[in-house]
Amino acid sequence: MGARAILLALMSLGIVSSPALAAEDLEARGWAATCTGCHGTNGRSTGKIPSIAGRPQSDIVRLMREFRDGSRAATVMHQHAKGYSDDQVERIAAFFAAQKP
Amino acid sequence: MSVTRRQFIKWTGASVAIAGASGCASVSGRKTVGRVVVIGAGYGGATAAKYIRMWSPDIEVTLVEREAEFISCPLSNRVLGGVWELKELTRDYGRLSARHGVRLVRDEAVAVDPVAREVRLRSGATLEYDRLVVSPGVDLLYDEIPGLAEPSARDRVLHAWKAGPQTVALRKQLEAMRNGGVYAITVPRSPYRCPPGPYERACQIAFYFKMHKPRSKVLILDANDDVQSKKALFTKAWAERYPGIVEYRPLSTLVDVDVATLTAKLDFEDVRADVLNVVPPQRAGTIAKDAGLITANGRWCEVDFLTYESLAVRNIHVLGDSVMAAPQMPKSGHMANQHGKVCAAAIIALLHGEAPNGKPMVTNTCYSFVSDKDVVHVASVHAYDASQKTMVVVPGASGVSSSANELEGEYAESWGRNIWDDMLG
Repeated sequence: MGARAILLALMSLGIVSSPALAAEDLEARGWAATCTGCHGTNGRSTGKIPSIAGRPQSDIVRLMREFRDGSRAATVMHQHAKGYSDDQVERIAAFFAAQKP
Repeated sequence: MSVTRRQFIKWTGASVAIAGASGCASVSGRKTVGRVVVIGAGYGGATAAKYIRMWSPDIEVTLVEREAEFISCPLSNRVLGGVWELKELTRDYGRLSARHGVRLVRDEAVAVDPVAREVRLRSGATLEYDRLVVSPGVDLLYDEIPGLAEPSARDRVLHAWKAGPQTVALRKQLEAMRNGGVYAITVPRSPYRCPPGPYERACQIAFYFKMHKPRSKVLILDANDDVQSKKALFTKAWAERYPGIVEYRPLSTLVDVDVATLTAKLDFEDVRADVLNVVPPQRAGTIAKDAGLITANGRWCEVDFLTYESLAVRNIHVLGDSVMAAPQMPKSGHMANQHGKVCAAAIIALLHGEAPNGKPMVTNTCYSFVSDKDVVHVASVHAYDASQKTMVVVPGASGVSSSANELEGEYAESWGRNIWDDMLG
């Protein structure tokens, strides 16, 4: 097993997460595509809905947590945020962090 | 819809661009792992075509569409309210070829041979496929309404349930109607395309009447026993914004129409209108029926929600409104867009000899305008449940707006621009 395979294995176990490797996480890419009907392909939005492409992973994770626990006001995101596990949010956030803004 | 010279050039130009693109691919030595044909360039089909090419350029994608341009059904009720024009809902298909190398074929699929894996087109041409994606939307079942059997009758009593010329024609009927007239819309039994659509339409037309023809009425004749989506929010809008204008009548099933007098014949009464808008019962598009994909109630196509592959015919995937939906999964453009991406990822995996993602997710967000600016939404997140082999709403991850608001009006317009880019851009 090469170093890359080991890293990917650790990522899938949630032990290691890295925006640079996130592009390889096809499962997360598919989940992230659930966001892009509203937020635009790969997270690039036009208009009032915020762009999420290239935003730091930690920011997206924090915002999703705040939407979920209700500490951040929302119109619709408090409902969507409850649809994903912590692991999913980490990996989806890594995907968007790795996209060109 | 007639083809303008400009559109003709656009479409032929696209196929020239494709020839160029595939030439490049062979020069670079990249091997094609498979051919996908997609029927229907709406929210489901266009999204699947783009995402397959974007995620896996080693797959050839041919997209068959009979219309020259995309016109969005979502947001089209705003045309009836007089807030938008059709051009604001219209987009061209050019970027799918220029940016993503999708081969566009302006034609109509008329037959599928699942053994030879071939699609026959109206023009007589055939397309071979390794995987076929069928995303034809709904067909309207006029054979259940004898008075509308003749096409000429349907020019007078419109559906406007597919955005385009009918949307504009219905708007003209509303403009021509006298102040004090009655607009009546009949709603078929669920499931039908766009559950909140009839109620949003009632709001949009009531908004127009309130401004310009305040003695007029909007009458909703619903075959269902209650409002099918965002009930509390729509009911509140009708009571508070349009008192004396909107009237809602549940359990009002349309049996027939008398076109001469614009009378809706319900099972227990006749209702005369000045503008009669019949939304007929629906089923999966005809090509899905002819291909043997309809397996549920004679109307809808059951699929494997991991891949959207038909449960009846191998190597054919069905998307969008034609699908026999999972529980609480609406027939919406947004949902079709989501089907398209799960299906794209699954087809890519299958054509590369890999297993598809076993944990797909889809979401839905449907915005409805209750006035020119104020909007209400319904949203949900759905995850695959392996034990039930279907998509289920994640507990807690669904809901509606707390009240109609202008901020969501801005989000709704942004949603339109983003999802049209997501499928076409």
